[in-house]
Amino acid sequence: MSDTQVWTPSEHELARRSVRRRQRVRSTVIATVMTVAVLGLVVAGLLSSPGWPRVKEYFFSPEAARESWRAVLEAMWLNVRLFVLCEIGILALGLLIAVARTTRSAWLAPVRVVAVVYTDVVRGIPTILLITMFGFGIPALQLQGLTNDRVVWAGVALVVSYSAYVSEVFRSGIESVHPSQVASARALGLSEGRILRHVVVPQAVRRIVPPLLNDFVSLQKDTALVSVLGVLDGVFWATNYANYNFNYTPMVVVAIYFIVLTVPLARLTDHLQKRVVERERAGAR
Amino acid sequence: MSEPLLRVRGLRKAYGERVVLDGVDLDVATGEVVCLIGASGSGKSTLLRCLNLLDQVDDGTIELEGREITDPKVDPRSVRRRMGMVFQAYNLFPHLTVLQNCTLAPRRAHRVGRREAEARARELLTRFGLGEHVDAHPDRLSGGQQQRAAVVRALCTRPTLLLLDEVTAALDPELVGEVLGILRELAAQGTTMVLATHEISFARDVASTVVFLDDGRVCEQGPPAQVLVDPVQERTRAFLKRVL
Ligand SMILES: Nc1ncnc2c1ncn2[C@@H]1O[C@H](COP(=O)(O)OP(=O)(O)OP(=O)(O)O)[C@@H](O)[C@H]1O
Ligand SMILES: [Mg+2]
Repeated sequence: MSDTQVWTPSEHELARRSVRRRQRVRSTVIATVMTVAVLGLVVAGLLSSPGWPRVKEYFFSPEAARESWRAVLEAMWLNVRLFVLCEIGILALGLLIAVARTTRSAWLAPVRVVAVVYTDVVRGIPTILLITMFGFGIPALQLQGLTNDRVVWAGVALVVSYSAYVSEVFRSGIESVHPSQVASARALGLSEGRILRHVVVPQAVRRIVPPLLNDFVSLQKDTALVSVLGVLDGVFWATNYANYNFNYTPMVVVAIYFIVLTVPLARLTDHLQKRVVERERAGAR
Repeated sequence: MSEPLLRVRGLRKAYGERVVLDGVDLDVATGEVVCLIGASGSGKSTLLRCLNLLDQVDDGTIELEGREITDPKVDPRSVRRRMGMVFQAYNLFPHLTVLQNCTLAPRRAHRVGRREAEARARELLTRFGLGEHVDAHPDRLSGGQQQRAAVVRALCTRPTLLLLDEVTAALDPELVGEVLGILRELAAQGTTMVLATHEISFARDVASTVVFLDDGRVCEQGPPAQVLVDPVQERTRAFLKRVL
């Protein structure tokens, strides 16, 4: 607008801002004090429990931690790679299944049936069983031209398992887009495929980012399940250590690494969620 | 003149770099009907949202009955309970029936008993020609019916000040007349109203004051007979020539 001279806030506005700032500071202080107090009580309760010295020795031994942190970190590298590669596969497969389930054309009925059966069956099987079946079963088939690497098949099992969940997240997103949006896209003469591609999926994706990331946090942890195949990941290393040394500290170390891995994802989820909320609000005046 | 019900001074609102309201002054006396007119994008909806504290203002003050409501120490809920607002896009709650839409605020924010809240809502809905749609969900209603339901929802809390954003935009001429009659009746009962409208004839009929907004500033204000018939400002004249 035609604002020739630079605007400076009035005295009144400045006073108002400082009141708002004080209000913010006050609520931050309250939040901090409350958090510290509650945490303090919990920790005090823990430390004063009768079994604490023994627990401390088995789970929080400084020597065992010093001895294991580097090796565990190296073993964890497998979990990280597995997670990143699987994530890509899961996104692609999940979206494909979701779109297959939401198609309406009569010609594609078999595709829909396959997609429904796939999600139902796969979601029903515990991930750990899928990993065992894929990891031990497929190499046992001795198929020509296919790898016998158990890690690869464990990854495939994770992709299969999680794509079923993720496809449901995608589908709920697609179905949450208001019918009036589809109606107005139809009125503009777009084909069903184009409507999905340009109107529905972009809106759906924005809404499902938080639940999607939630599934990824879960996937990050489930990469630990490959340890059942005897693959040397972080958890397997820690289990081994516990068996030989009768000390569980490396497991705590693994747990801490997993937390360090998932916290950034969790913060990203919050951040994206906030942006979605703001954007949706702009529409409603 | 006594203390105005609503007094706005130097109101400023910007979205990022974009200044939408710039130094708006406005007085609304009890029982008055103020019509905001102006081109699309001139800031009418934004002004109404600021009055209802839905948007935080960047400068200036809004006083309701002499108390500054833009003060951060004021609880915005206590202010909003005294105002009713009807949005340009209706914003009815899709998961509730028309009756539930209308009784939600009286029951949950004003602690009115269910029986009483429903009786009042039914009476108003019937007066607005929605008697048979009381138990329908909003998606079963036509645009005009949704609009009227939104007006009723705002009226159910007996607001001291009613803010209306283009309430007649989706109505046929007959219904416009009907809503107009109801608004006049409300005005006569002492409900004060600020409404944004594109319908100059509506403003002429119902307004006690017309405010012409241009690019986020109050360009001209006064009784409709003056602003709409014999405007002082060149810009007002140009705007009226375009819309009439
Ligand atoms: N959330 C927002 N972010 C950025 N700009 C906004 C936002 N909301 C409104 N605006 C801008 O503010 C200006 C005024 O908008 P407003 O909705 O108040 O106009 P209006 O007078 O009600 O128009 P109409 O008659 O079309 O309803 C517009 O130019 C718009 O682009
Ligand atoms: Mg508007």
